[in-house]
Order: sequence, then structure tokens, then C-alpha cells
Amino acid sequence: MEHEGRDYALWSIAIVLVVLFALIPVLWLISISLKPPDELTDQRFIPQSVSFDNYKSLFEGGIDDSPFIKPLINSIAIALITTVISIVLASFCAYAIARLEFPGKRLILAGALAIAMFPPISTVGPLFDMWRALGLYDTYPGLIIPYLTFSLPLAIYVLVAFFREIPWELEQAAQVDGATPFQAFTKVIVPLAAPGVFTAAILVFIFCWNDFLFAISLTSSDASRTVPAALAFFTGESSFTAPTGSIAAAAVVVTLPIIVFVLFFQRRIVAGLTAGAVKG
Amino acid sequence: MSEIVLDGVTKTFADGFEAVKDMDLDIQDGEFMILVGPSGCGKSTALRMIAGLEDISSGEVKIGGETVNDRSPKDRDIAMVFQNYALYPHMTVRENMGFALKLAGVDKSEIDEKVEEAARTLDLEQHLDRRPANLSGGQRQRVAMGRAIVRDPKAFLMDEPLSNLDAKLRVQMRTEVAKLQSKLETTTVYVTHDQTEAMTLGDRVAVMRAGVLQQVGTPAELYDNPVNLFVAGFIGSPAMNFMPAQISGGKLQLPIGEVDLGDLGVEQRDGQVIAGLRPENFEDTEVIGDLREERGITFEAEIDLVESLGSDLFAYFHIESEGVQSDQLADIVEASLEETGAGEIQEGREQIVARLDPTSKVKRREKAELWADTAKLHLFDPESGASLRKQ
Repeated sequence: MEHEGRDYALWSIAIVLVVLFALIPVLWLISISLKPPDELTDQRFIPQSVSFDNYKSLFEGGIDDSPFIKPLINSIAIALITTVISIVLASFCAYAIARLEFPGKRLILAGALAIAMFPPISTVGPLFDMWRALGLYDTYPGLIIPYLTFSLPLAIYVLVAFFREIPWELEQAAQVDGATPFQAFTKVIVPLAAPGVFTAAILVFIFCWNDFLFAISLTSSDASRTVPAALAFFTGESSFTAPTGSIAAAAVVVTLPIIVFVLFFQRRIVAGLTAGAVKG
Repeated sequence: MSEIVLDGVTKTFADGFEAVKDMDLDIQDGEFMILVGPSGCGKSTALRMIAGLEDISSGEVKIGGETVNDRSPKDRDIAMVFQNYALYPHMTVRENMGFALKLAGVDKSEIDEKVEEAARTLDLEQHLDRRPANLSGGQRQRVAMGRAIVRDPKAFLMDEPLSNLDAKLRVQMRTEVAKLQSKLETTTVYVTHDQTEAMTLGDRVAVMRAGVLQQVGTPAELYDNPVNLFVAGFIGSPAMNFMPAQISGGKLQLPIGEVDLGDLGVEQRDGQVIAGLRPENFEDTEVIGDLREERGITFEAEIDLVESLGSDLFAYFHIESEGVQSDQLADIVEASLEETGAGEIQEGREQIVARLDPTSKVKRREKAELWADTAKLHLFDPESGASLRKQ
């Protein structure tokens, strides 16, 4: 018992340290975003006075003049479209890989892994040229396509692992019960793989949401520029003030959807929905 | 009419392994057929070929007179109960049981009616809105059965449906399954590795070994007239005792005595054979009375161990012999090792189990005089394992 108590205490301290280490930059960011411009450099962790001016400035001027609203819409749209396409394609692919024996299966998995490892920066130059020639530069598809390239392998790997966990008998039971292979997939396998599908979806969404490299290289205007790229174009109130406050505020705003996403689906991710399928 | 016919069915896997070899089996309409054998004997593969979950390499499977080789499982109108039940965890008991009917496009009211009827039969009414994760093992097993019976299919296929239950529940469910089958009169193929289940449930039992069908018959036929060493050793609990024997000049030399071959109804031949005698064909001479004069032999043995179960008394003793060697018996030993984890094979000693009358006074580590009913002897060819009894 004593031993357990000590272990518990040590673990608790370790966890608190890790959480603090991870949270301090975020708290600092929030702190900066709440400070009025003249207090930005006062080196205090807790702001002397709280002002929401930085947040207001983000949305000032409505959709046309605000430096933030259009990129936010772009970010949401591009990330969501990529996530949907990526998850649909990846779930078909992962299902085939998990369930079937076919020639080239290892090649597909190895290829997916190789693409995931590929340094994105090396594709930026060629893409820039190709996209301008094809008219995809500074458009939604211009970002969605490279995002798909890098998010599909990730989604496939996550989903293959989840599909493999589902007892094959469930699918056979569905077949014997009179389901076509497609019905067995949509009515039995997909609902059971839901935690995996959500996990993959969140990972893909976060990948697209956070990307800076493609966003800064393949866009040139608010037509498709996403928030991470747009932050780099923020300007201060005058040419002599740094936009630190509004960048911090924007960073807080773009972090919120991710937190909401994860909190909302957390239970689905954690809960093993397959419990009780087979002898437990 | 929904008899199931297997005609020369063979299953060869991609790696060249033949799981089922040229299997012929006729299962009558409404019959309860058991496929039994040690693990890896191909019984589940055979069942899965009937279900359509496994391709048939060659041969033909007919259900209700129609060849179904190329039909997918959904078009065969069969219901299957899986070893691990394979309940859909995201559906309630009601949805699980009604899933097949829903797929078939049956009206919702009719589905409800049928599901409730099946739930009544299986005593699941109060659990209809629960999910499988919240049910006990026995309840899950009943839901799996319910999923099969609501459909009123041509045949039930059951793949070791009771093997995940604890011993007491297994016996109880065994009776339930038997009652249910005789009530519904649906053709049933039931796979098990447990010979007790096979003997108690089946109208007929098909014994398999290494992909080959050994013998098909009623439980009594298999017990009284096993065609080879494997069936003899596999069917019956405790298993038949085997000992080496020698035939010469019309006499059979056993380690426990000599018998006239004339009475046994076996082919005349000379040479080595393997003799088999079931535990209940031994008796304590003290209890046997007059019968010892009529037939059989008596011999002395030192009892190693006595197990009294109240209704029965098992006495273990050994005979000095070189033991019997046979692939067929090795398979059984392997199977029982898997099940019990016990192996009591000693070089040069053959252990014999005798089932004696409970009033017998035999004691551990004491000599006892025992009687063996040699009219019940089974003789087998040591090479092929085939029974030497004239059929």
C-alpha cells in the first residue's frame, strides 16, 4: 500500500510538470492577447489590465476589410473538405488492406509510409510551378490536393489499425444475416470503427489546420489564404507597432476549434465501442 | 425440404494445406448432425464451406437440393451461431435479433412480433433493449441463438457455440439447444471438439481427423462399433483403454491374460494387434458374482489410484507393456493434452482405467482381483488402425 501511495505521488508530480510545460506557452499567448498594446513588453505573466482590443481588431471591418475573417473561413472550409475526402477514401483503402489478400498490398502500405515520410518542402517548388500552369495557384483545390497527399497515408495507417481490431466474425455474421458486402461495411464495420474514424478525422483536420508551408507558398490572396499564412501578413496599427497582440489573439482564436473538436469527440475516441462484441 | 449434401468436398488453402479432404456427408431434413474432432481436424472449415464463408476448392455442397457452391452466404438462407457469438456491439438485443429481417425488408411490426416471440422462447424478454456488452455470457449466447431462430432459415450452423461458457452453464445450455432443435425441427449442423456434447446432442455424429471423415453414425453406433482406433479413442469418456496384443493359433495374448479368438467376431489372422477395452468392461471380481464363470478373464493388478464419484468408481492401474504406437492415438492424446493439460505417459507402462461398481472395496496401492469382459474387446490393425471386427 505504502509503495503504491509513493508511486501515485511520483506519477502525479511528473504529470503536473508535463502539463505545466505544455500549458505555459498557451497561457502566455492568452496573456499577451489580453494586454493593451502599451503593456505588451512589461514582462508580466498576468496582465495588469485586461483588454479585448486585440480580439476586436481581428474582426473589425467585416468580411471585406478584416485581415482575419476570410482566412478563417478558408481554413475551416479547406480543412473540412480535405478531412471528408481523405476519410472516405482512406476508409475504403484501409478496409481492403485490413480484410483482403491482394497482390501489391505491401507495396501500397510501403508507398503510403514513404509518402508520409517525404519532406513536404521538396514538393513546394514543383507544385508552385505546376499550379500556376494549371491555374490551381491560390485556389481551394490547390491546397486541398497536397493536403490529401500527406493526410491520406496518415488516415490509412490509423484506420487499418482500427479495422484490424474489429472481429472478422462480425462481418461474416452480417453476411450470413443477408447483408451484401457493402451493407456489412456500412451497417456493421463503419459504426464499430467510429472511434478510429474520428481519430483519423481529427488528425487529418489538425494537419490541414496547422499547415503553414503549403499555405504560405501556394496562395497569394485572401481567396484561399488560410489563417496560419494570414498571420504572417498581419500589420500593426502603424508601421512602427508590431502586430504581436493581434497575432496572439488570432492564435488563440484558431486554437479554440481544435480544443472543441477534441473535447467533443474525446469520449468516442477513448471508448472502445467494440466492447461486448465477442466473449468478454 | 432442406437436407444438406456434401459431395466430395475438398478445401485446399493458398499455402497448399488441405483442411478438408474429399468429404461426403448427407444430412437429412430436420436432422441434428454433429461434426466432431480434435482442433485442426477441418470441422470448422467444413461448416464454413456450408455457410459460404469459405470457398470450396472442389466438390459440391447442396442445400435443399440446390447446388450452392457459387452462392454468397446471404443467398443460402442459413443462420449461423459463431463461437464468440459475433453480436453487433452497437445494436441492442432487439436490433441484433431483427437485423437479418430488416435487411430482408420485412415490415417493422412483423420484425417486432418475431423478435418478441424468439425472445420469449429464449427467456430474453427483459433484455431486449440492452446492448451485448451489458449481458452475461449465457445471455449473449442466447441472443446469438435468437438471431438465428427469428429468421426461420433452411438450416442452423453452429460453430462451437457453447465452448465459451463455464462448465455448469454449458451443460444447461446443451439441454436448451437440444430442446430448441427438436421443437423447431430445423436441419442443424453443429461443430464441437467435445465428444460429450457430440454424444448427447446429435441424431448422428460425424467424426473427423486431419481433414478426413472417419465415421458417421448415431452416438450408439460410434460407441459400440468404432471403425478405427481414432474413433474408438475419441468417443467415450474416460477413453477406451488400449493395449498391445498378439494373435497366434486362434488365441489372443493380452497383457492381462489369454482369450479364445473365436468368440470375438473378428477376422482370423496372426500377428500383432491393438486391443481396446472400455473402462466399464472391467469389474471388481468381488461384486461381479456369477458372470465371471460365464465369460471374460480375471487378473490381478496393483491399483495406483482410486477416484470415487459416488455413482461411479474409477480405478487406475497399469500393465507392463511396450505401449501402443499409432498416429491416430497420438492425435487424441494431443487433443486431450490441450484440453486437460495433463499427460501421463510413461515409457513401458500402459495406464488402464477401470470403471467399477461403487460398492467395490479396491484400495490405492493394494492388489485387487479384476475381471475383464473380453466379449466387448475391440481389435485393431496396428498399421492402419482399422477395426478387425467383421462389419
